[in-house]
Amino acid sequence: MNHLRKDLITATIAIVFFTLTLGIAYPLLTTGVSQVLFPNASNGSRIERDGELVGSKLIGQDFKGLPRYFQGRPSVTEYSADVTYFNNLGPNSKELSEFFEEELKTYLARERRYDPGLTAAEVPVDAVTTSASGVDPHISEANARIQAHRVAAVRGLPLDRVLELIDEHTDGRFLGLFGEPGVNVLQLNLALDEEAPR
Amino acid sequence: MTQGWLQIIVFLVVLTALVPLLGGYIAKVFQGERVFLSPLFGPIERFAYRALRVRPEEGQDWKGYARSIVVFSLLSWLVLYLILRTQSIQPFNPEGFDSGPWNLSFNTASSFVTNTNWQYYGGETTLTYFVQMAGLTVQNFVSAAVGIAALAAVIRGFVARTGASLGNFWADLVRINLYILLPLSFITALVLVSQGVIQTLDASQTFNTIAGGSQTLALGPVASQEAIKELGTNGGGFFNVNSAMPFENPSGFTNFIELMLILIVPASLTYTFGRMIGNRRQGWALYAAMMAMFIVAVAVVYTAEQHGSPAQHHAGVLTSAFDGSTGGNMEGKEQRFGISETSLWTAITTVTSCGAVNGALDSLTGIGGLVPLANMGTGEVVFGGVGSGLYYMLLFVLLTVFIAGLMVGRTPEFLGKKIESREVKLVLVGVLVTPLLVLFATAWAVASPDGTQSIYNSGPQGFSESLYAYMSQANNNGSAFAGYTGFLQPNAPGNLGAEAFSFANLLGGMVMLFSRFLPMIAALAVAGSLAGKKVAPAGAGTFRADSPTFVILLIGVVVIVAALTFFPAFLLGPIVQGLTDQLF
Repeated sequence: MNHLRKDLITATIAIVFFTLTLGIAYPLLTTGVSQVLFPNASNGSRIERDGELVGSKLIGQDFKGLPRYFQGRPSVTEYSADVTYFNNLGPNSKELSEFFEEELKTYLARERRYDPGLTAAEVPVDAVTTSASGVDPHISEANARIQAHRVAAVRGLPLDRVLELIDEHTDGRFLGLFGEPGVNVLQLNLALDEEAPR
Repeated sequence: MTQGWLQIIVFLVVLTALVPLLGGYIAKVFQGERVFLSPLFGPIERFAYRALRVRPEEGQDWKGYARSIVVFSLLSWLVLYLILRTQSIQPFNPEGFDSGPWNLSFNTASSFVTNTNWQYYGGETTLTYFVQMAGLTVQNFVSAAVGIAALAAVIRGFVARTGASLGNFWADLVRINLYILLPLSFITALVLVSQGVIQTLDASQTFNTIAGGSQTLALGPVASQEAIKELGTNGGGFFNVNSAMPFENPSGFTNFIELMLILIVPASLTYTFGRMIGNRRQGWALYAAMMAMFIVAVAVVYTAEQHGSPAQHHAGVLTSAFDGSTGGNMEGKEQRFGISETSLWTAITTVTSCGAVNGALDSLTGIGGLVPLANMGTGEVVFGGVGSGLYYMLLFVLLTVFIAGLMVGRTPEFLGKKIESREVKLVLVGVLVTPLLVLFATAWAVASPDGTQSIYNSGPQGFSESLYAYMSQANNNGSAFAGYTGFLQPNAPGNLGAEAFSFANLLGGMVMLFSRFLPMIAALAVAGSLAGKKVAPAGAGTFRADSPTFVILLIGVVVIVAALTFFPAFLLGPIVQGLTDQLF
């Protein structure tokens, strides 16, 4: 009994000690140092245009099918960045398969007008599947190269120039090795707005 | 796929190179030696001993050590539960969140105190910054430290030739936090912030998107929690979608860092073990056994995911890779990670008990989803949780030694110590408690209406969700087939009108608590029983436990125990899915 009481006292003090050091001091110190060293990154890598917040370079946006913009991946949360969840449908789900069919049809209908030869067998997989975060900021390079036809036509830009902009806004692999390259859709669209506003 | 395999191989090479460095350092910390951080943290350490009224050199026997762990953990549970229940009156609550339902708090407190970090809730819509920091971050640290401390005690028992002391729990707790977890977390948190992981106390920010919509950025002190969440193999996300959220894991670089953080401590501890018993070969033998099983796991999940899912094939979606596209099953995966990094992550977070995810496990292919289940089915001994993985593996080592002894008709021994009836009985308790809890809880959950209301998908996937939920909670992993629902939040963000299912939350909470502490106590009891035993010199007839033969035998025992326990259940869920192209 004596041991137990001693343990209870020690445990109580230990919890107070660790709450103060690990629960208060550590996160606040990390916040302070981060805010000084990396003010933009620690606050969400925000992008401003004409002094107004228009997004985060890390968080994808819903471009609502507007023809002048590159479109991000399908999102089950409609690109919510404050209520996030997965689609959670299993690999043999009929509902999921029908969803893919629908997305494929929509994608082809949108892009074929500007890229008449496009077939289902050329549509990259990221264009019809929902991302995990619902706010995936990237699309694959293949996806962007297809959409380039539409954006170039609508904005009256040469296709080559749009392809160049895609390259400029592609985030590569870490050390050329880890991860997959992705085209940052928001940054690309902002660059287009700057280059050919309409 | 060459590129994908290369990523995986280079990662494992870097990991292996780091193992002796950190493993040697941890051995010094375990033995109370001076390390390069002593000048910095020594004063804090000594202050902590004075405050706690602890003399670090005063050893505890296994009962004393186990009692301190249980008392500390139960009190931690109570404090965390109270913090969760009263979050509306605490500071750092810019969104004005109320507390969630009590049964959810019960599950969450059990989850974080047991190093499980199973989450029925989504962090960004449910919890205040204060709870995330003073409640959850603290338990991320100390629950990990408890596991590591228990391992340190177990190793001491294996080594001790005289006396019954396994060390002092309170001193271990302080030293592991100050010298291992805190400095590594702080540095990596800053590295993560530099890449875009957020770290702020500001409220969420709403703005107009360029296509004329509205978006709200949920913010918070994420990086400080992200670092320890991975390092302590905790896995509880600040955001509901965990490390898939760009604010938790923005790039291939952060993904690499986070994966390394998850594996580095459990992997290094094998080296620590080798050093402390004075036989590094033995440490590497355990590392090799774990690595072999891990490589099979990652290869299977990667191959399965790259193949794509029946839902994709039926819809006519192209699943082969070509220039500029990853191909494969990209449903529930992020473009920046692709198939390879998501597969690697899935394998790493389920062999270790880090339940973090960077993609949606519920949308994995049938065989892809089998891998995390099977990984956990081994009892988390393939690297496993920090500390807990290795002490669990040591129980399997003793079991293997025992079985090998039966085969050749010799008294089994390990590290020169005879393994006798008492140890074998305790080993069996330690090895069998968790699988029994999994099977019992899953059976109950799929057979009762209270349990089945949590299921989201129909058919075998629904069974997989249930099995996964209790497999994950019982093995203190925390990852989920996230369709499995225990919490409804009609007005998210915020807890207005939210309700939680008592069955799922309470059963899960109990399962986590029992399966955390019963095997831990069994391992400590084994160590206590071995401490002070005479060491017989190795002879010609000794079966060496640091040989390749032993490694193969050990893998065999781990796999056979898991397969005998879970194969029928796997057949009903993921294997059925993997064998069929039908949709349902």
